[in-house]
Amino acid sequence: MENMVNVYFFGKKYSVPGDLTIMTAMEYAGYTLKRGCGCRHGFCGACATIYRIKGQNELKTCLACQTQVQEGMYVASIPFFPTDKRTYDINEIKADQRVMMELYPELYACIGCNACTKACTQGLNVMQYIAYAQRGELEKCAEESFDCVGCGCCSVRCPAGISHPMVGLLARRLTGKYIAPKSEHLENRVNEINSGAYDELIEAVMQKPITEMQELYNHRDIEK
Amino acid sequence: MFTPDMLESIKKVEATRDARMGMEPRRMTAEEKDELLKAYHPDYRAEGFKEIKIGPNKGQKAPVELTDLLHSNSRLLGSHIDLNKIDYDVDVLVIGGGGAGSSAAIEAHEAGANVMMVTKLRIGDANTMMAEGGIQAADKANDSPVQHYLDAFGGGHFAARPELLRRLVMEAPDAIQWLNQLGVMFDKDTDGNMVTTHGGGTSRKRMHACKDYSGAEIMRTLRDEVINRGIPVVEFTSAVELLKDEKGQVAGAVLLNMETDDYFIARAKTVIIATGGAGRLHYQNFPTSNHYGATADGLILGYRAGAPLLYQDTIQYHPTGVAYPSQLFGALVTEKVRSLGAMLVNCEGEAFMHPLETRDVSAASIIRECTTRGKGVTTPLGSGVWLDTPMIEMIGGEGTIERRIPAMLRMYLNYGIDMRKQPILVFPTLHYQNGGLEIGGEGFTKAIPNLLVAGEAVGGIHGRNRLMGNSLLDIIVFGRNAGKAAAAKAREVTLGTANLNHIEEYAAMLNDAGVAQAGVSPLLLPNYARHER
Ligand SMILES: Cc1cc2nc3c(=O)[nH]c(=O)nc-3n(C[C@H](O)[C@H](O)[C@H](O)COP(=O)(O)OP(=O)(O)OC[C@H]3O[C@@H](n4cnc5c(N)ncnc54)[C@H](O)[C@@H]3O)c2cc1C
Ligand code: SF4
Ligand code: SF4
Ligand code: FES
Repeated sequence: MENMVNVYFFGKKYSVPGDLTIMTAMEYAGYTLKRGCGCRHGFCGACATIYRIKGQNELKTCLACQTQVQEGMYVASIPFFPTDKRTYDINEIKADQRVMMELYPELYACIGCNACTKACTQGLNVMQYIAYAQRGELEKCAEESFDCVGCGCCSVRCPAGISHPMVGLLARRLTGKYIAPKSEHLENRVNEINSGAYDELIEAVMQKPITEMQELYNHRDIEK
Repeated sequence: MFTPDMLESIKKVEATRDARMGMEPRRMTAEEKDELLKAYHPDYRAEGFKEIKIGPNKGQKAPVELTDLLHSNSRLLGSHIDLNKIDYDVDVLVIGGGGAGSSAAIEAHEAGANVMMVTKLRIGDANTMMAEGGIQAADKANDSPVQHYLDAFGGGHFAARPELLRRLVMEAPDAIQWLNQLGVMFDKDTDGNMVTTHGGGTSRKRMHACKDYSGAEIMRTLRDEVINRGIPVVEFTSAVELLKDEKGQVAGAVLLNMETDDYFIARAKTVIIATGGAGRLHYQNFPTSNHYGATADGLILGYRAGAPLLYQDTIQYHPTGVAYPSQLFGALVTEKVRSLGAMLVNCEGEAFMHPLETRDVSAASIIRECTTRGKGVTTPLGSGVWLDTPMIEMIGGEGTIERRIPAMLRMYLNYGIDMRKQPILVFPTLHYQNGGLEIGGEGFTKAIPNLLVAGEAVGGIHGRNRLMGNSLLDIIVFGRNAGKAAAAKAREVTLGTANLNHIEEYAAMLNDAGVAQAGVSPLLLPNYARHER
């Protein structure tokens, strides 16, 4: 027999193979998941989960698809958490401190408890990226929050009611659009194409017989 | 944590590493590739395919699991839903909340259309969110759209539809610029030059990335923009059938609330199918890199309504899925790991192929190594070959892995494997649907004048194999285009009365052919729940 462990889904006990993830263990137990399951590979943040190991008092947060079951695990999924995304027109706002103040004023109610960082399923320094956002250091906030999957586990634990993933997202969009240097080669190429510089060349290659295309393809030079 | 046998094999990999560092394995000749594919690629395994017996592609082959769904009836057959009680009435209905659907919705909205999106899970719970490696565009001085065309055309075995491929490569730089202006943070140097790398089958370094969260960065930006614009997004709701009218147009869709099992009617002047791929059908029992909702629904909906498929018999198996540990089985190891210098190495420590052959060739080569050649490493769920990741740090300097592929590093560290110090085990995983519904250059299906398709649900853009980075590109290029085209078309469409006659006709065809399956389609979600009785 496989190595079985006892886990508790929403308080009810199930015996499941110990090498499963929380997500596959729920399916093993008979659940047909509808909420709380998206990419199944750690990218979408749909499977935010809170658990406690029997006999320990610490509450832990994790992604159900990326976490192996353990003996005595009490599991509750958090398939939805009311984070608060503020809407804006990306073309109308500016990359400065004021935008954070206006859209996410609760940022300044942070009490520095670090619960968000402890809860982060991606191991990010969440409190730090919130601090950057407060100070209007948008680029740093963007970098620090870049690997965020938006699971919301930080927000679940925050006494100040901050919607951390939304703050990071705003900082990243502002950075990508306004702060990061422009790509001249990209603009040039778009202009060349729009001015028709490649029209004839592309037509010509589209008309070539397959045998000629095979020749060209098999002998094309490959950049080192 | 590796097993003792694996650790033994790792020693052999380490022993040859220094010697391998300086060399570049030979690329295969065209003839060698052909032979390899015929002998080892899953697309050539006859037992994995079955003939389609009815409809526009009658007589052609498709994977068994897909054919079975095409040979199934609608769940609405014989039901008495009142089609005249309309819950949503819009110009443009977008089915699917991935990258293609979101791009389409944004552009349709920009064009002034009344647009709404329905999606099975949440917006962004989609294959797009998972793309790691990057997105192609010929925007560097040594590159051109023509070179991009050649790479994609050859990589797709000269089967791409020229008018579609032309759009893909010509609109690529503009797609990158559009994303950048929406705030996507591409990897750039301090002067603003995009950091670009090779992908399998590229002849120029044109892979743009956002670390190894490329798809996530694009998806979350698009999602944010959809929400900012106030476009209605109906989540946890699947389209289960297209509606048609007496003129043969589509007239909207029947929707199913996944949580309450209630049906809703959406009427629309144009419909865009953007439902993505089919990995969760687990063709030939392969594991998959795809998200939970990738069950080829759009193909079923479109086909039942009369739209033909193209290249439905070509599937992409990504050469490097996780072979070990089993908790990650089938998850993707991005191709960028090889772009950054990691070699594919067998259990003896031999580099058995060039790491950047196209995906189909690489997958077939790994399967050969693990089967007839007997040089795979045994794992609890099968076997795999090594991907020698410590080479990345030797080539790019310490810290390269953390900087360039943090998601990969994190995924493995969760299970006690440090890919900076130890190689990882990989085996092909079911990754991408090369084929899909056939469209013309403007994004419309040829059979139904106001039905559009965008993204992975389309067949023909890439031919019979797709290069890394061309899919994220196609969902943006063709998604945007579909949104614009659907908005414009909606102005000319007058709808008749909605009906579901086509599902009755389809049932009759299945009956006549004697192939009707017991279940219903589309599948919506894979059956993973285990029940003891
Ligand atoms: C792990 C992984 C890595 C990848 N890496 C790369 C890469 O580096 N570069 C690259 O170019 N490509 C990559 N790809 C491929 C690329 O990401 C996808 O092909 C592309 O994003 C598909 O986009 P889409 O919008 O067509 O489909 P998706 O993003 O999958 O969106 C489809 C949406 O439709 C929903 N849906 C499905 N059926 C229904 C229904 N019946 N009703 C309502 N909604 C429905 C789905 O749930 C989903 O939300 C990768 C794919 C995967 C899985
Ligand atoms: S910072 Fe992002 S990844 Fe970390 S817990 Fe918060 S939402 Fe999840
Ligand atoms: S949990 Fe909230 S209050 Fe505590 S440090 Fe994080 S942001 Fe500040
Ligand atoms: S299901 Fe997407 S992160 Fe777990």
